[in-house]
Amino acid sequence: MATSKKILTEPLNLSNPITVQVLGICSSLAVTVKLEPAVVMGISVTLVTAFSNFIISLLRNTIPSRIRIIVQLVVIAALVIIVDQILKAFVYDVSKQLSVFVGLIITNCIIMGRLEAFALGNKPVPAFIDGIGNGAGYGMILIIVSLIREFFGSGKIWGFQIIPDAFYNMGYVNNGLIILPPMALMMLGIIIWVHRSRVKKLIEK
Amino acid sequence: MKALRNFMDKIKPTFEKGGKLYFLHSSFDAFETFLFVSDKVTKRGTHIRDSHDMKRNMIIVVLALMPALFFGMWNVGYQHSLLVGETNTLLQNFFFGLAKVFPIIVVSYVSGLGVEFISAQIRKHEVNEGVLVTGMLIPLIVPVDVPLWMVSVATIFSIIIGKEVFGGTGMNIVNPALLTRAFLFFAYPSKMSGDKVWINGVSELEKLPDGFSGATPLSQAITENFTGFTNSIGDAISTRELFLGCIPGSIGETSTLAILIGAFILILTGVASWKIMFSALIGGLSMAGLLQYLGVGTMHIEFYNHLFLGGFAFGMVFMATDPVTAAQTETGKWIYGFLAGTIAIIVRVLNPAYPEGVMLAILLMNVFAPLIDYYVAEANIKRRLKRAKSCCKIIFYK
Repeated sequence: MATSKKILTEPLNLSNPITVQVLGICSSLAVTVKLEPAVVMGISVTLVTAFSNFIISLLRNTIPSRIRIIVQLVVIAALVIIVDQILKAFVYDVSKQLSVFVGLIITNCIIMGRLEAFALGNKPVPAFIDGIGNGAGYGMILIIVSLIREFFGSGKIWGFQIIPDAFYNMGYVNNGLIILPPMALMMLGIIIWVHRSRVKKLIEK
Repeated sequence: MKALRNFMDKIKPTFEKGGKLYFLHSSFDAFETFLFVSDKVTKRGTHIRDSHDMKRNMIIVVLALMPALFFGMWNVGYQHSLLVGETNTLLQNFFFGLAKVFPIIVVSYVSGLGVEFISAQIRKHEVNEGVLVTGMLIPLIVPVDVPLWMVSVATIFSIIIGKEVFGGTGMNIVNPALLTRAFLFFAYPSKMSGDKVWINGVSELEKLPDGFSGATPLSQAITENFTGFTNSIGDAISTRELFLGCIPGSIGETSTLAILIGAFILILTGVASWKIMFSALIGGLSMAGLLQYLGVGTMHIEFYNHLFLGGFAFGMVFMATDPVTAAQTETGKWIYGFLAGTIAIIVRVLNPAYPEGVMLAILLMNVFAPLIDYYVAEANIKRRLKRAKSCCKIIFYK
C-alpha cells in the first residue's frame, strides 16, 4: 500500500510532469487563460492517462514491441474521442473553448511518456494509479497558472468578478500580456523556479 | 564633503563583518561608492584600479540622456499648449513638462532601485548600477499620459524577470528598459498606443477640438491618403521640425538633435560603441531606401524621414548600444547593429499592425547577440586554424 501511495503522490511533487519532466507544456500554455477550461482539461487528461495506462498495462505482454507505439496511439485516440463526445454532450461551452486542444490530448507527451515508462512494465492497478497521479500533477499546475492568469488577465475567477468595479473606476486596467501565451510560459518558468528553490533535491549540481 | 566622509567612516564599522547592521552592508556599500571613489586596494598581483568603474560609466549615459530629457519636457508643454490653444514661453512649456515627467522619473527610480536593493540584500551582492540608467531610460520611452502605477508594475516586472533572475547587471539577456516598454505595450495597449496617449490631456477629453489630431507623424505616415506630415492642429511640418522633434511621441524619443548630442557624448567618452550606431544607421537607411525604391509596404515617405520618426534614433543610440545585451565581438557589433536597423524598418513598413518596430527589432537582436558572437568567434578560430595548418605544411615540405 505504501508503494501505491508513493506512485500517486510522487508526480504531484518530485516528478511532476510539467515542472520537473517539462512535458505537456504546449497545452498548458493554451488552455490556462481561464480556470474553468483548465480544470476540465486537467480532468480529461487525468482520465485519459489513467485508462490508457490501465488498458496498455493489460495488453503489455501481448503487444509486439515493434508496433507498440501504434497500438498505444489507437488506445489513446479511442479514449480521447470518448472524452471529447462526453464534453460536447455535457459541458458544451467549455468544449467549444477548448476547441482543438481536446483532440490534441492524443499528442500530449505526458500520456505517451507514462505508457512507455510505466504501463509497459507494471501491473494494471499500479499503472492506473500512476495515470491518476500524473494527470493530477498536470492538472494541479494548470489550475495554479490559470488562477493567476484569470485573476490578473480578466479580474475574474471561474467567471465571477473578483476585482470590484471601484478599482476599474480608479483607473485599474486588466493586464493584457498575461492572456498571451508568452506570459504563461514565463509563469511556468517562475513556478519551476519556486518549486526548485523549495525542494533542494531537484537542484542539479 | 569632509564632514560627510568622517560621518561615513564613523558608521562604517557597524556595517562591516561582526557589526550590528552587517546584513545591510551591500546597501551601505552602494551609498559609499556612490558618494566617493572606491578606496579598495588589490592585495595580490598587479592590477590597476581605475576610477572609471561601472558607476562612472552609467552616470555618463545618464548625462548623455539629459538633452533628450530636457527637450522632452519642453515638448510635453509645447504639445499641450497646442491642444489648449495657448502661446506659452519656453520656460512655461518646460516647467509644465517638468511637472508631468518628474513623477514618472521618481516612480521608475523608486521601483527599480527598490527591487535592486532588496535583491542585493537577499543575495548579499553589491548593488548594481545598471538600474541608474534603466530608471532614466524608462521615463523617456513611455507616453506622457501613462498611469504611474503601470510604470511601477512594469519596472518591477522587468527588473526581476529581465535582470535579477539571470544574476543582475551584466548577466541579462534583454535590455530591462526595453522590456519595461514591451511589457507596457502588450499588457496595457490602450495606454501605450493609438492616437490619444501622446499629448498630455488628450486622453481625458470626451471629444477632441475640431481639426485636432493626436496622431504621431509615424502613425500619420501609415494612413491611406497620406500627403505630408502635420502637427496636431493640422499645420504642415517640415523635415527640419521633424529633426528638431516638435512632434507628439514618447517623452524622450522625438528630438533627433538632442539624441545626437547624447550620441556624441557617448562616443567621445567611449561608453557606447559607435560601430553599432553607425551600422544601425546604414542598415536602417538602406532598408528604407530599398523599400521606397520597390514601393512596397504601407508607409510611403522619403526614406531618410525614417531616421527622424518614432524611436529609431533613440533606440539605436541608447538601447541597441547597451554594452551588456549587444554583441561583444567587434565584427559582431557591425552585424548586430545592421540587423537591428534593418529589422526595425521592415517591421515599420511591412507590418501594418505595428507602426513602430524599433522596440521589437532591438529585443529580437538582444536575443540573437550571443549567437552572432558565437559564430564570429568560431569563424575566427577556423581562420587561424587554417593559417596555422597552411604554414605548418610549408615547414613540412621544406
